[in-house]
Amino acid sequence: AWEVNITPGATAIAREVYDLHMIIFWICVAIGVVVFGVMLWSIIHHRKSRGAEARNFHENTAVEILWTLIPFVILIAMAIPATATLIKMYDSTDADIDIQVTGYQWKWRYQYLGQDIDFFSSLSTPREQINNEAAKGENYLLEVDNPLVLPVGKKVRFLFTAADVIHSWWVPDLAVKKDAIPGFINESWAIPEEPGIYRGQCTELCGRDHGFMPIVVEVKPQAEFDQWLADTRSAAQAQAAAATEEWTLEQLMERGEQVYNTSCAACHQASGQGIPGAFPALAGSPMVTTDIDAHINIVLHGKAGTAMQAFGAQLNAVDLAAVITYERNAWGNDTGDSVNPQRITELQQ
Amino acid sequence: MSSAAYYVPNQSRWPILASIALFLMAVGAGNLINDLSAETSGGVGVWFLLLGALCMMAILFAWFRNVINESMSGLYNEQMDRSYRWGMSWFIFSEVMFFAAFFGALFYVRTLAVPWLGGEGDKGVSNMLWEGFQAQWPLMTTPDMETFPGPQEVIDPWHLPLINTVLLVSSSFTVTLAHKALKVGERSRIVLWLAATVLLGSAFLVFQAYEYIEAYHDLGLTLQSGVYGATFFILTGFHGLHVTLGSVMLLIIWLRVLRGHFDADNHFAFEAVTWYWHFVDVVWVGLFLFVYIL
Amino acid sequence: MDTTLSPTVDTTEHGHGPAKGLGRWFFTTNHKDIGTLYLWFSLLMFLTGGCMALMIRAELFQPGLQLVQPEFFNQMTTMHGLIMVFGAVMPAFVGLANWMIPIMVGAPDMALPRMNNWSFWILPFAFSLMLSTLFMEGGGPNFGWTFYAPLSTTYAPPSVTFFIFAIHMMGFSSIMGAINIIATILNMRAPGMTMMKLPLFVWTWLITAFLLIAVMPVLAGVVTMMLMDIHFGTSFFNAAGGGDPVLFQHVFWFFGHPEVYIMILPAFGIVSEIIPTFARKKLFGYASMVYATSSIALLSFLVWAHHMFTVGLPLAGELFFMYATMLIAVPTGVKVFNWVATMFHGSMTFETPMLFALAFVVLFTIGGFSGLMLAIAPADFQYHDTYFVVAHFHYVLVPGAIFSIMAGAYYWLPKWTGHMLNERLGKAHFWLSFIGVNVTFFPMHFLGLAGMPRRIPDYALQFADFNAVASVGAFIFGLSQLLFVYNIISCIRSGERATDQVWEGAHGLEWTLPSPAPYHTFSQPPVIK
Ligand code: HEA
Ligand code: HEA
Ligand code: CUA
Ligand SMILES: [Cu+2]
Repeated sequence: AWEVNITPGATAIAREVYDLHMIIFWICVAIGVVVFGVMLWSIIHHRKSRGAEARNFHENTAVEILWTLIPFVILIAMAIPATATLIKMYDSTDADIDIQVTGYQWKWRYQYLGQDIDFFSSLSTPREQINNEAAKGENYLLEVDNPLVLPVGKKVRFLFTAADVIHSWWVPDLAVKKDAIPGFINESWAIPEEPGIYRGQCTELCGRDHGFMPIVVEVKPQAEFDQWLADTRSAAQAQAAAATEEWTLEQLMERGEQVYNTSCAACHQASGQGIPGAFPALAGSPMVTTDIDAHINIVLHGKAGTAMQAFGAQLNAVDLAAVITYERNAWGNDTGDSVNPQRITELQQ
Repeated sequence: MSSAAYYVPNQSRWPILASIALFLMAVGAGNLINDLSAETSGGVGVWFLLLGALCMMAILFAWFRNVINESMSGLYNEQMDRSYRWGMSWFIFSEVMFFAAFFGALFYVRTLAVPWLGGEGDKGVSNMLWEGFQAQWPLMTTPDMETFPGPQEVIDPWHLPLINTVLLVSSSFTVTLAHKALKVGERSRIVLWLAATVLLGSAFLVFQAYEYIEAYHDLGLTLQSGVYGATFFILTGFHGLHVTLGSVMLLIIWLRVLRGHFDADNHFAFEAVTWYWHFVDVVWVGLFLFVYIL
Repeated sequence: MDTTLSPTVDTTEHGHGPAKGLGRWFFTTNHKDIGTLYLWFSLLMFLTGGCMALMIRAELFQPGLQLVQPEFFNQMTTMHGLIMVFGAVMPAFVGLANWMIPIMVGAPDMALPRMNNWSFWILPFAFSLMLSTLFMEGGGPNFGWTFYAPLSTTYAPPSVTFFIFAIHMMGFSSIMGAINIIATILNMRAPGMTMMKLPLFVWTWLITAFLLIAVMPVLAGVVTMMLMDIHFGTSFFNAAGGGDPVLFQHVFWFFGHPEVYIMILPAFGIVSEIIPTFARKKLFGYASMVYATSSIALLSFLVWAHHMFTVGLPLAGELFFMYATMLIAVPTGVKVFNWVATMFHGSMTFETPMLFALAFVVLFTIGGFSGLMLAIAPADFQYHDTYFVVAHFHYVLVPGAIFSIMAGAYYWLPKWTGHMLNERLGKAHFWLSFIGVNVTFFPMHFLGLAGMPRRIPDYALQFADFNAVASVGAFIFGLSQLLFVYNIISCIRSGERATDQVWEGAHGLEWTLPSPAPYHTFSQPPVIK
């Protein structure tokens, strides 16, 4: 694709930004035409090979003042609409929905405040496509497992923060780009006007997979949105219920493999071999073949000072149990241990 | 006595040797600090650092000896003197900017970051993440008391710091008296006032060491006790280092005076040291105001 | 500027030439030798940083991960930026300053020659230390040349400690170099060389040196705070202890923005020397050029947060930094207009240095325009951290700073070596570079506007076409630099003998000296009328 310009976007603010962008662009073009025009004229006509003789003027206070003032006036003309737009963008009062967006290495977490909805959203493009082992799909690198879902026509206030390093949440169509800074909260807002799917990316270097933490926003009509809310809530309840059930080793292994591939394989590799010097191997590692509680502990709480995160807050008890079971039995580890979700819940308290 | 042409020194070995020494110090310090943090031991870092530092001292000694000899044998003219003056002035300006970075950090956290975390001002929503945290300065309770346990108490400005202020301000006077004495050629008074200055500077350092011990042992005010401790120690610590350096320079000047160096019109090195000392003094006044009192 | 030389160019105790052997370079106190060292060092770093850029462009030629892993890609991006900024552009300008400033002001040498040697020799060690981090466990710096905390503190590889010390060393070197330049300009001028007679290159460097002394210590301060956070448990950049990651950015950009002008003001100086020479007409508006340069420098202390429009500054801050940034277009415009007015009704010829200078004026201005667009805060929300920014700063840095350095090198090479250069090769180098630069960096505007973030090793399919174009351009531009290297070497070794004046329209003290310039010049100050 040979796309050359920013998107007019899907909100009133985005269109305003687009217009501002076009105005300043054309002003620059106009100034460029004049300046380069005079320069080109001189290059063509005042060249020695054409017999041009140098004239002797080299100072003129009046022109200097003139070409100080004119740009100044042009700048003021640009600053006025820019200020107006900026003030609007900063007004996040009277929102209908508050969503806390937290950046993690390398995924996003969305919490609908007061709605009991809380989930993670990570890249769903398969590694094979990235490694050129499979044909790349249409939305290569711009697709996630759980998109952020918003209702149409409502003012959504975003509260950005991060759990580890700085990330930045950008969806061009909403004209929202705001840094997610650990320990602080930044606000921004949008009123999406049309149902649709809008894609964006993390735009602050946040480590190895900075290029692999896209954002997908699905804007739905109110009714569908409400339905989605209800479905998501009941799915969460089902999860909670599942944590009290007994799981067989096979069930855990199957589920564990999926969890491993989305949450762990980026560092420890799908083969469990890790990357020497950077990420430890899990295959054959005493960490995952000996003491179960130590293993659970490190997965729950991470290891300080390393890239090993605390997954206790990111995954539910079933997923944790499954992935730990998987690690203890995959790649020839074959301990035969199976960890049940209840054990995780116990340790978490 | 000074020559007409600007003195351009011939080749010199000291600069490149000094670069190598600096390199050794950097490699050594890097290894040492990394070992300390990783709690591994047996690294060679400390030896590199020591070797580099020793070489550096020896080189600077030899280099300055060259310069002093050239100066004493009348190779320098007035223009050279001015070059040194410009050089020293801009060096001090660079030092001012170094401290400005830390003062800037202090003002930023005091007036913006901490209030935001405590729920005040434009980014007060941030308080959601630190429930119960309230902004105050000095910051006794940090947002996360487990990782950064705040101090139990901070230093009372009207005891040691006040004494130190008196010491340092009076040392600025004594050094000026020494300078005046030099201008009228009363050498015994120069020796006296310079010695007094060095003593005042050293007393300052002793008190500061005492203050640090107290902070660590009795007050719980440490580098780890949140951003109050961090700004406190980085500012006073770098200031202390500058006092140390200034005292060493004063000591050298004192020894040179004893040896009969400097006369009423030709004593740039002496003046440079006094400038530096005044600078250190001014920084202290800033510290006393913004770190201790306000 | 009228200048007459006193009868003896070279007298007294300094009549002797350079020392023999390698010792000449290690121990030298001669400003020309040190200038040469700086220039060779910077060329080497340009090639090193350039090879890293080619690695980046090769990986980005197509979507998908082909050549390198993301971890290594980040190290390449970081090192490329650091090396180009601190290793290529800054030392090149210091090298030119060393060579030309004493000659231009009629001084026997730099004010503090031994310290001058020290300033240079720190650099090779500092860069060895920095490059060596690439081979350390956990890899080298991978957090971008702006090294934002906490990615560069809590989450950094252990080699960051060495990176910090390398930065300290570079800062030390730059500060000493700048002090030397200021002392030389303020104190070593020949009698009659008043401030308002100084060549513009000297003026711009005076102001640059002031910027360096003002901001390098701040950089030292911020890396020191990082060191403390990493190893000594402080919490400057950690909210848990009451600090703020954004504090890092404020301090960094207080250094960083003046830093980008450090990389352009000497370029303005060079271009202001070259255009009058080849337009055979005095520079238009000398005084206003001086005032404009000073205003740019002063304003540069008030605009740093335009790099931080998206960090969530309070509205008032956002507006202040937007307005202040926009204001910089005014004095910069004055400079551009003065150059054009100098060409207007001149008698122009187009030797290689002039070609580079003309390309500089046009392409730098384009980079300035995109800068101005970035300065509009609400619009910057769409541009920030995309390839639009990458396009902006490469336009001001590559056909800006780098072209001016090449122009300066071509302009003064005959004076340095005593040989004219091969014009045909020079022109070939120019045209290939000109085309290469635009093919590389122009499409990056489109990529950024279409939404491609910077610092990513892989991208979505809609960005594929322009990325392929940019990569091809990068290789054209990169490879054509081999011509530059060849041209320099052949100019040193052979070539038509250069006259003293070298260029027909050249004025200024340096053109009154023989070519090549003798090892010691102006042991007796020239008389300036
Ligand atoms: C040589 C280096 C150099 C120079 C000279 C400039 C010059 C300018 N820069 Fe640039 N900039 C960088 C190097 C440079 N920059 C770098 C390296 C970065 C990225 C850092 C990073 O994140 O890694 C950056 C990033 C950067 C940003 C941050 C973008 C972002 O991250 O979101 C901004 C925002 O305001 C900006 C603005 C400007 C402006 C307004 C100028 C002005 O000085 C330009 C002024 C010139 C003109 C405007 C053209 C000539 C004028 C006229 C012909 C007069 C009439 C014109 C008008 C009235 C419009 N720059
Ligand atoms: C003055 C500074 C400067 C210069 C000259 C350049 C030059 C180039 N830059 Fe640079 N660049 C930066 C400063 C500079 N850059 C900065 C500050 C960043 C930001 C870093 C960050 O995000 O942290 C950046 C980032 C950056 C990116 C974005 C990376 C990313 O976001 O991930 C890209 C991508 O295309 C790029 C490309 C190039 C290219 C193709 C060149 C070309 O112009 C290079 C051409 C030169 C050569 C190719 C060398 C030529 C020689 C040979 C090929 C022959 C070899 C011969 C011998 C050894 C004898 N640069
Ligand atoms: Cu998260 Cu980049
Ligand atoms: Cu800037």
